Amino acid sequence: MAGPSLMDSLFQRSLDDLIKGLRLHQPTSESTFISKSLDEIRREIKSTDPQTKSTALQKLNYLHSLHGLDMSWAAFHAIEVISSQNFQQKKVGYLAASLSFHSSTDVILLLTNQLRKDLSSNNVFEVSLALECLSMICTVDLARDLTPEIFTLLGSTKSFIKKKAIATVLRIFEKYPDAVRVCFKRLIENLESNDVGIVSAVMGVFCELALKEPKSYLPLAPEFYRILVDSRNNWVLIKVLKVFSKLAILEPRLAKRVVEPICEHMRRSGAKSLVFECVRTILSSLSEYESALKLAVEKVREFLVDDDPNLKYLGLQALSVVSLKHLWAVLENKDLVIKSLSDDDPNIKLEALQLVMAMVSEDNVHEICKVLISYALKSEPAFCNEILGSILSTCCRNVYEIIIDFDWYVSLLGEISRIPHCQNGEEIEKQLIDIGMRVKDVRSELVRVGRELLIDPALLGNPVIHRILSAAAWVSGEYVELSKNPFELMEALLQPRTILLPPSIRAIYVQSAFKVLIFCLYSYLFPDEAVASSPSLPVDLDPGVTSSISPKEFSESSDVVVTEPLADREMDEGFNPRDISQSLEDVSVGNGGDTVIAHEQTSCSATLKKDYFTQESIVKLLDLVERTLCPLMGTHEVEIQERVGNIRGLTELIKQELPEFLVHKERNVEGVKVKALEIVKLMHDAFLEELGPVSTSAQERVPIPEGLMLMENLGDLEGICGDIQLPIPSQFCFGMPHSGGRESTSLFNQQTDEESETSYECTSLLAEHRKRHGLYYLPSEKLETISNACPPAKDPQQSDDLNDDGQDLVKLTEQSLVPKKKPNRAKPRPVVVKLDEVDGITIAVSKPESKDYLISGAVREVLLGNEVSSAQHKLPDKSSNKRREKDKLDIDQPSDTKENLANVGKSETSTSKKSKHHIPGKERKHKSSRKNADEREDVQKDKTKSGHHNPRHKARQRADDNVDVIAQTPVIPDFLL
Amino acid sequence: MRRIYAVLCSRPESVCNFIEAESISGPDTRFVYKHYATLYFVFLFDSSENELTMLDLIQVFAETLEKCFKNVCELDLVFNYSKMHTILDEIIFGGQVLETNSSEVMKAVEEISKCSLSLSLCARLGFFIYLFFFGGGGEGRGILLVHL
Repeated sequence: MAGPSLMDSLFQRSLDDLIKGLRLHQPTSESTFISKSLDEIRREIKSTDPQTKSTALQKLNYLHSLHGLDMSWAAFHAIEVISSQNFQQKKVGYLAASLSFHSSTDVILLLTNQLRKDLSSNNVFEVSLALECLSMICTVDLARDLTPEIFTLLGSTKSFIKKKAIATVLRIFEKYPDAVRVCFKRLIENLESNDVGIVSAVMGVFCELALKEPKSYLPLAPEFYRILVDSRNNWVLIKVLKVFSKLAILEPRLAKRVVEPICEHMRRSGAKSLVFECVRTILSSLSEYESALKLAVEKVREFLVDDDPNLKYLGLQALSVVSLKHLWAVLENKDLVIKSLSDDDPNIKLEALQLVMAMVSEDNVHEICKVLISYALKSEPAFCNEILGSILSTCCRNVYEIIIDFDWYVSLLGEISRIPHCQNGEEIEKQLIDIGMRVKDVRSELVRVGRELLIDPALLGNPVIHRILSAAAWVSGEYVELSKNPFELMEALLQPRTILLPPSIRAIYVQSAFKVLIFCLYSYLFPDEAVASSPSLPVDLDPGVTSSISPKEFSESSDVVVTEPLADREMDEGFNPRDISQSLEDVSVGNGGDTVIAHEQTSCSATLKKDYFTQESIVKLLDLVERTLCPLMGTHEVEIQERVGNIRGLTELIKQELPEFLVHKERNVEGVKVKALEIVKLMHDAFLEELGPVSTSAQERVPIPEGLMLMENLGDLEGICGDIQLPIPSQFCFGMPHSGGRESTSLFNQQTDEESETSYECTSLLAEHRKRHGLYYLPSEKLETISNACPPAKDPQQSDDLNDDGQDLVKLTEQSLVPKKKPNRAKPRPVVVKLDEVDGITIAVSKPESKDYLISGAVREVLLGNEVSSAQHKLPDKSSNKRREKDKLDIDQPSDTKENLANVGKSETSTSKKSKHHIPGKERKHKSSRKNADEREDVQKDKTKSGHHNPRHKARQRADDNVDVIAQTPVIPDFLL
Repeated sequence: MRRIYAVLCSRPESVCNFIEAESISGPDTRFVYKHYATLYFVFLFDSSENELTMLDLIQVFAETLEKCFKNVCELDLVFNYSKMHTILDEIIFGGQVLETNSSEVMKAVEEISKCSLSLSLCARLGFFIYLFFFGGGGEGRGILLVHL
């Protein structure tokens, strides 16, 4: 092989040599070969010999296409090669330009003259090359400068050139909307061409334009209609159908006219592509015509039973288009859709799944989910997850709109969690907690499902389920009063295999264990209240008690108890001696026995429930907690360590004081204050406070109270926290102001000086808990100011303020909660609705804006401008203007299209009545360069007039425009009528 | 490109020829592909084209190549890179379908390539993907030829 030093035009490597060389090299050495070749190319391309230069460029083209090499550096060389006289070389140059040039290529302006020359060449292939290149690299400047040439070519007699010029027009319009005024008329004329190729090209252009902004093209409906009826070319028909599917939505009378021809095509045509396009047009735009719709659905069914997977797929897609408006079409083909779920093709399966989900309603959600779960079990993991994911997303749509039986749904969630490969842990976690917070009545079932998940040690080994377990733990802790057996729950939460959990989830386990512990202690220490304190306890409790005690009343009653502590304790005297008399053996069976008791519980009375918390069991519980949690004190995870620390502090305190308490109790001593007792009580009260769903914007709605100095407050807090040695001094009460307002107020009012220390500790624990869960489970868009604003009740005045706000919020929540919940408990979350509204508004606002911003906006305005400007052409000619107005009057109202146009004109460009030379302000905003462009255009026009270009064109075009307006506007109303 | 290739290879023979491409190439786009022996033809299109006509268009393109090269294989395409471009330019122009009759395309191509290109052979098989972007929007066509 010739060395690089010998390289000259004679020994240059050709493209073939390069390709051969590339193929001889192994993939490993390929890159060195490429870089070597690139060096050669860089040298050769500077050659003065045009052949050497173009060959080098050709090689570069190849390397760019196949190996993604940068070739922007060769832009100037490409232009040099384009200017070659040799067609082959020119071709290489143009290819290079269309591959590598873009709007920021600086030398692109140098191409303008060459393009102009080639566009006016006698050689059609040179013209074709130039057109191809222009359509690829068109910039604003190129489009503006070459519009006259393109206009000439649109009138070419050679269809080979004409259709390419037509296709180029689309790019020109996109870059330089003013070109519409020059070329649009010619474009429309070509719609009537006899050459199918040309009509097809024009329709292609209109299809692209109309898809972006259909409104402007309504006046062309008669032409399109003629093509729809007359043409026999499927390519053209498909394009026309696409245009009509957009236009028919805008103009009902047009829809009425086109529906019959479309049905005719559908019946007649053997071409599946055309039939499919007809079907899609009818389903998407003409679905209110029943007979047409029926025919279309029939055709869809033909597709669905076809062996060709392509047709099956498209048939399913067509159905999903119509599923929102006409569900019966889907239901009619239910059998086929369900069958498609087991198709080999993943695309078909997915489409079928979507359709199945579209069929889901309140009545059939049970059966459909059952069927889907059985399909999921049979499918491979990916599709299985797809199914599960869509079940989850469908069921939670609009705040669980379709779910009536939440018990069923919750157990379904439990079932789904156990399906192997289930990757939807996060979603299930979210829903379990969400349902828990929103739907009160389902909590007992939730706790049951949670328990089943928690007690299964096998599940802990599966990382994808961990998130679900975390939700189960949270639910079990939060609603522990509904649990049949808290002791068992505690064991589940503290089982050894929890070591497999990630720290964050383990922390939730520990926290839940804390709640369970508090509940057990409370139930033991205040047995009578424990009964009352579970207002939503299921059937096994006296319904009278449960329903009559609202949370508000309860918090009041607990106040009473605090002032008169242990007042009613003697009533429960009975069980203590019995407890003591219980033998140790009993306790040793404890765990097993607990389960048995748990089952008995379903039918047991409140008294039995009380008996359930015996001294032994409590002591054992405390032991268990200490035993399992103490080792965790040494963990490196602060989250866990901290919570364990809290629990340990409590258990030790309880252990110390429990004997004392029992002594007091036995002696019926009244008025004895036991510290631990108070803590337990306060903690329990705190945990009893329900967590509700909180809107992400809720925080923002809370006004900052006057006189609240956030930063100062923080400073105070630090000092105080340091005094009382909080586990973590910088903890703030987070959730309280909005979820715990009532509770905390009552708490604070009750606090005596001696108690204050304890209560601080409790509140901070509470705060910590709220904060964790607030942050963890609710969208984290909380404002920092708010978290700063809520220190744990250091300043009673302040916290009262805050609490008031919190109460407002609670009220707000309740207001919207209550009315919705009564008619249908499935929709308990108004806050979400509000959120959606907010979202909806932003979307509604942003969408049109962005749309306007795109080219479509410019094109539309220019097209409108075309109408306006043509009217403007007539302005001097007063008689014709009058005539037009008369036309308008004669036709009076039916000219909907005209109205449309007028409306569009008014709304889109408030100043559209002004001539095209006064660009509306909106437009100016969108494209700052427009003004310049316009001015330049004026210059260009002057040039054109001054003989640079055939002035007759201009004149003829003006005349055309006049004719157009006069001829066209009356036609539309006639047609539409 | 490699992602497309991975998707294509994972699809068995009997499944449908469409791939939802929104994740790969932006909204409102789809791929349609056809598999001839060692060649995959992949067209990328948007909602202004009909799915089934795209499938037909691949057929047109393949037929034209067949006519040009007699029993087309990827080597023909590799070595006649510019000729393939010429054919394609005749069928697809600025992101729009212009000519759907393969003999018309042939006529034009033959006239354009008066000077013939030499054919050479070299033995190494591979898959090639030809990607044609139908741009409704600004990008227009980008022809990429990938040797995997």
